[in-house]
Amino acid sequence: MAGATVLEYCQSVAGPYCTKLLADLGAEVIKIEKPGVGDEARKRAPFLNDIPHPERSGLFLYLNTNKLGITLNVENPAGKKVLMELLKECDVLVEDTPPQTMKRLELDYQALKAINPKLIMTSIAPFGQTGPYSNYKAYHLNTFHGGGEGYLTPAWMGTRYLHRPPLNEGKYVGEYESGISAAVATLGALYYQRVSGLGQSIDISKQQSLISLNPRELACYPNDGWMASRATRTLRFGGIIPCKDGYMELDLYEEHEWQGLVALMDNPEWTKDERFKDRLSRAKHGLELNQLIGEWMKQHTKEEIYHKGQALGCPVAPYNTTQEVVDSRQMEARGFFVEIDHLEAGKSKYPSAPYKFSRTPWKAGRPAPLLGQHNEEVYCQRLGYSKQKLVKLRETGVV
Amino acid sequence: MDALTGVRVIDFSWAYAGPYATEFLALMGAEVIKIESRKRPCITRRQPNPITGQPYDIDDCPYFKDLNMNKLGVALNLSQPKATELAKRLVGISDVVVESFTPGVMSRLGLGYEVLSSVNPSIVVLSTSSNGTTGPEARYAGYAPMFNATSGLGELTGYPDGPPTVLRITIDNVVAHFNAVAILAALIYRQETGEGQYIDVSSQEAVACLIGDSIMDYTMNGRVQSRDGNRDEIMAHHNCYRCLSEDRWISIAISTEEEWQSLCQVMRNPDWSKEVRFSDAYNRWQNQEELDRLLESWTVNHSNYNLMHMLQGVGVAAVPSFTSEDLFTDPHLAEREFSQLIDRPRLGKYMIIAPPWKLSATPARIVQDAPSIGEHNEYVFGELLGMSQEEIIELQEKGVLY
Repeated sequence: MAGATVLEYCQSVAGPYCTKLLADLGAEVIKIEKPGVGDEARKRAPFLNDIPHPERSGLFLYLNTNKLGITLNVENPAGKKVLMELLKECDVLVEDTPPQTMKRLELDYQALKAINPKLIMTSIAPFGQTGPYSNYKAYHLNTFHGGGEGYLTPAWMGTRYLHRPPLNEGKYVGEYESGISAAVATLGALYYQRVSGLGQSIDISKQQSLISLNPRELACYPNDGWMASRATRTLRFGGIIPCKDGYMELDLYEEHEWQGLVALMDNPEWTKDERFKDRLSRAKHGLELNQLIGEWMKQHTKEEIYHKGQALGCPVAPYNTTQEVVDSRQMEARGFFVEIDHLEAGKSKYPSAPYKFSRTPWKAGRPAPLLGQHNEEVYCQRLGYSKQKLVKLRETGVV
Repeated sequence: MDALTGVRVIDFSWAYAGPYATEFLALMGAEVIKIESRKRPCITRRQPNPITGQPYDIDDCPYFKDLNMNKLGVALNLSQPKATELAKRLVGISDVVVESFTPGVMSRLGLGYEVLSSVNPSIVVLSTSSNGTTGPEARYAGYAPMFNATSGLGELTGYPDGPPTVLRITIDNVVAHFNAVAILAALIYRQETGEGQYIDVSSQEAVACLIGDSIMDYTMNGRVQSRDGNRDEIMAHHNCYRCLSEDRWISIAISTEEEWQSLCQVMRNPDWSKEVRFSDAYNRWQNQEELDRLLESWTVNHSNYNLMHMLQGVGVAAVPSFTSEDLFTDPHLAEREFSQLIDRPRLGKYMIIAPPWKLSATPARIVQDAPSIGEHNEYVFGELLGMSQEEIIELQEKGVLY
């Protein structure tokens, strides 16, 4: 995506992840941070050696690879003027300020369109730009639970956890997912911009991004008068099963997959039992079946079950820890982890991207920017400001 | 004009991760031609009704329909050589190909990237699979809960004293988003250069991207994180709390002193809130189990909606863990038109989730429902490929267009 220029005025996870996807694909992304303060993510763990430091947050480092970083006080009239100059040349602005903020600053789409008709303005907010909740607040926990999947998590565990609160996924999963959804829409608009020369505004509601990850099950409510819950998500057999050193996931749909499992367990007598003769009977006796499979699993390790099972055509996979993910021979062979050297945080392995492009491969280019690292490059070289002017802007707290 | 007007996609993909990706393109105006065969209809056409357990007619199943709106459907039995010939001719007049077969199958069918790019050098071809098409585990079988497991996300989701968590549909659909990002980026590159390319997506890597920060804790500090319920490293409160009515919950997260004070005020400053052990953020985090219990003794007397409005009114991040009933009766989502009523043959009026993004100049929109198998044979083979009526009928009789 070389040639596309993107301005990011976002914090934390969703917005920065959206522009990271674009930056990693080759777009030039300039990240704007508040002078002296910076992105909220700089204050979040994990920190290198557990010592809090704004340049050593693993969260920030991961989310901001391949971006240029500048500082700018957009709320200040002089800062606003600088922003307008930057926007004149940009294809995309991604922002996540509370709705109405940009309007208050006279930086809403109508105002920006006047100075750059090809600009795409992507606005990301927990509940979108319009509607009665548009000013409601949401941290990552709230974001996830607002999207309908929280209420259904953890599922496929019977009634075991119904007395406990529904759960968040991972840590920031709802935020990452919103960021990817925003990237899909932004890229669609960018394609159109290249055809028509016209920009547009895009209103991204994190809540709706998350709802669209499970459209069918949620829409059973109006269509079938049936409300999904942690209790309605049930599995007859298979699913998560403990083994000797952790947990395995087993998913059997087809007869040959069952045969694979039987071979993996070395054809025990009980598998010939009438109760397990076909899919329907196995489903009917799911609890007993899982118990018998579990007894076998308990005797074997994740590694053993995974590779032997897969070789025999049994769809089974281990629940990996982050360590096992980083050590995965499959991901290693695909070069999923790349080493990036950062001025303050040193060398670390980073997850790259899940896609391999034959012609435009992912490049581990630039580490995340230090706060204001590219001020001179952007303000002097790009906008043509003199060094003296930059010093003035610095002294007055604009930059 | 729509955002992707003029883009033609040939979609060989199955299940969720491929079809939902091309659905995004179709919602933005691309012409997506879905290649199917009655010999082996997509698994999403064969999902039973979740309540009655009864199978739907394969042309009616809403699981399939929701993922394939705006698309055209052709019946092409790829086990016949003549069918792969026609598929190649379609690729010749298209921009994008998407497939989700087990790695190696497309080549075996004579439709590998080398062949397709020789037919059409500017074609963008995307393969989406469980582990990617290269590496020692490329051919391992994998459904969504399995790549949730291998990605590390399952391990990081759950109660601290419970097992990892099985995740399914949403995981497939996340991969679909990554697929759409990759296709669109390649199309934009092609706009500039005229060059197509091959894209190989690994689902387990896609899901691992959602826990990049936890992975960094391991690569930077050697720490292997585990699941921690709804908790946060520094925020407390940070959990879901029981509300009035059976199995209703609200998520509340407190980040600043101001928010904590506002929360206390709404609760009318109960005595416990003034205790030393809750006097600052650090103390509250240390004593969060007790803190959670005490807050819940208050939330349990209020409805999730009342709590949201009361607390948001004073700047506290409180959002119900919304049920599907909540979502479909919610005034905010209604105002944003998050769902849409459409007519479905034999199913009648049907409520579907509208495209999530609001694009001002080129709104994503639903123009027609999903196709039945082979519904658009005449348009695609007749109009696009210029075949005669007789030819089409002959190929139907020979089981090629089946």
